[in-house]
Amino acid sequence: MIQSTNLSSIIWKRFTRHRGAIVGMVIISIIIVLCIFAFISPFDSEKSNLPEKFLPPSSTYLLGTDALGRDLLTRILYGGRISLAVGGIAVAISLLIGVPVGALAGYYGGKIDTILMRITDAFLSLPSFLVLILLAAILREVDLPIFQRNSVFTISLVIGILSWMTFARLVRAAFLTLREMDYVSAARALGSSDGRIMLGHILPNGIGVVIVEATLQLGYAIIQEAGLSFLNFGIQQPTPSWGNLIYSAQDHFTKYPWLAIFPGIAIFLTIISVNYIGDGLRDAFDPYKVMEKVGEFT
Amino acid sequence: MTTYILRRLIQTVGLLFILSAILFTLVNVAPGGPITAYAGRRPRPERIEQLKRQFGLDQPLPLQYVYWLVGNDWTKIDSDGDGIKDTAGSRKGILRGDFGLSYRTRKPALDEIASRLPNTIYLMSITMAVALIIAIPLGIYSAIKQYSLFDFFATTFSFAGQAIPEFWLGLLLIIIFYAWLKNPWTGEPLLPAGGISSLDGGFSLSDRLAHLVLPVLTGTLGWIAWYSRFLRSSMLEILPLNYLKAARARGMTERNVIFKHALSNALIPIVTLIALDLPYIFTGAVLIESIFAWPGMGRLYYQSAVDRDYPLLLAVLIIGAAFIILCNLIADILYAYLDPRVRYE
Repeated sequence: MIQSTNLSSIIWKRFTRHRGAIVGMVIISIIIVLCIFAFISPFDSEKSNLPEKFLPPSSTYLLGTDALGRDLLTRILYGGRISLAVGGIAVAISLLIGVPVGALAGYYGGKIDTILMRITDAFLSLPSFLVLILLAAILREVDLPIFQRNSVFTISLVIGILSWMTFARLVRAAFLTLREMDYVSAARALGSSDGRIMLGHILPNGIGVVIVEATLQLGYAIIQEAGLSFLNFGIQQPTPSWGNLIYSAQDHFTKYPWLAIFPGIAIFLTIISVNYIGDGLRDAFDPYKVMEKVGEFT
Repeated sequence: MTTYILRRLIQTVGLLFILSAILFTLVNVAPGGPITAYAGRRPRPERIEQLKRQFGLDQPLPLQYVYWLVGNDWTKIDSDGDGIKDTAGSRKGILRGDFGLSYRTRKPALDEIASRLPNTIYLMSITMAVALIIAIPLGIYSAIKQYSLFDFFATTFSFAGQAIPEFWLGLLLIIIFYAWLKNPWTGEPLLPAGGISSLDGGFSLSDRLAHLVLPVLTGTLGWIAWYSRFLRSSMLEILPLNYLKAARARGMTERNVIFKHALSNALIPIVTLIALDLPYIFTGAVLIESIFAWPGMGRLYYQSAVDRDYPLLLAVLIIGAAFIILCNLIADILYAYLDPRVRYE
């Protein structure tokens, strides 16, 4: 009997078989939902309440309070919005740069390829975290309309600009092989434009690696923001982010360790979940494994 | 292969120039800069004009870049800021190793870096050695016993190790080994939380080692996770290959099969990977050295970023980029040398 099936349902099936990825999915969903609904917290995330400062975790303040008497849990949830947003926007920006660069280089080849790939190499030979620090240190002092003192957008932009290269290389590699396929020649013979072939025919077939890499980059961007904010070059107080919560915990953390421990756990859980999801997606998108499955079904 | 490598080297060095131009421009349009560093808190406008002329900031940017690159000792500059170019320049340019003076200490940037670099190399080489000593056996054993309980824990550990932000790990270790655990005899913290050695007294090996423990532990965990996972998958690719079956069929002991024949091939990608990772080990030093007050390059870079000491920042970045390019090249050469199947056209 022939069972009707399509590729995405096979990929989904394979993905759900990866236990780590499913656990990761659940954890990250919980974190995202909690961060979205941060406003139901009875406490204010930015207003200080000095009489209640440095309280250890209790039934009122589940994770304790900080140096200004603010509820740490509330701040972690609002900080999560910022950290996750930075991660998401940074990945979106690197996709916006990396995918077109890789697609053009792979599709047209020749001179365009050489030029684009050398630019990619140049960015790859920058010590990116150090450049990130330099750019953030400069932009921290600048007050342009969109770059207000290291806003979420500024930090995401800088991280994105320094991390698109893997996308460019992966997409280029995919385009190099796919452009030789018969269906692409067929599309060209039918008069499809280059843009249509690239977007409509080649890209969807190379999307797997891009999705996997985007997942891993999300974790990477969150860690970069945290590291940057930990050095106080990232998101600035009083806006909380997971990184700057740990930064401001530094003065008191040996006496009031919860201030440093809990925001770090939030980062850790997010990154490990994202990495497991990425691992699951990699297995799910692996063309050889998917083809095996297709064979089984037909 | 030589032509391939030469061509790539030339292309990349060309790129290094473009990158340096971009970084130079960026830093020169940024706020701060030498005027803020040298003029004092409320300089008169004439004083600013004079300083601008003295630093050559009134010159067009491309010319400034050329001076920065190759120096200005071949031309006349306006060193007293009176508007007349009457003295010979003294800068040698970065190509001759002159990265200018640090704004903060007024000493050559390169000297500042040279005085801190040994401390970073000391910390990072030990971190790396520890990582490899633990990761290699872990990866091998995990691969041989695939899907065993040991493998499960090793794999989970490597996922966890890669997800822990190292600065957070550093703080946790300080909480545990400095704030909580005490030396039972003296009642002092079990391990020091910062510095390369105690301030009082001379050299003592145990003191040096005690200061190493926490920074090395912090830095090494991520690398252990990374290399053990990589070696595991590299071994798993090799273990089912026929040449190992042939070796077993000839009566070779399993030990020899694994350690002589499988491992030597599985290690090839690791060697290349280490070459590629070297720069990132140094990048990671920024966070670790800041936490543990380690007097190395990373902390120098962080301090310079706080002070916006641009000559020093640029010097570290340019040297860093050159180092990355060099490491990439070494990785390419090593790969071709270790694996005869690899040929570059």
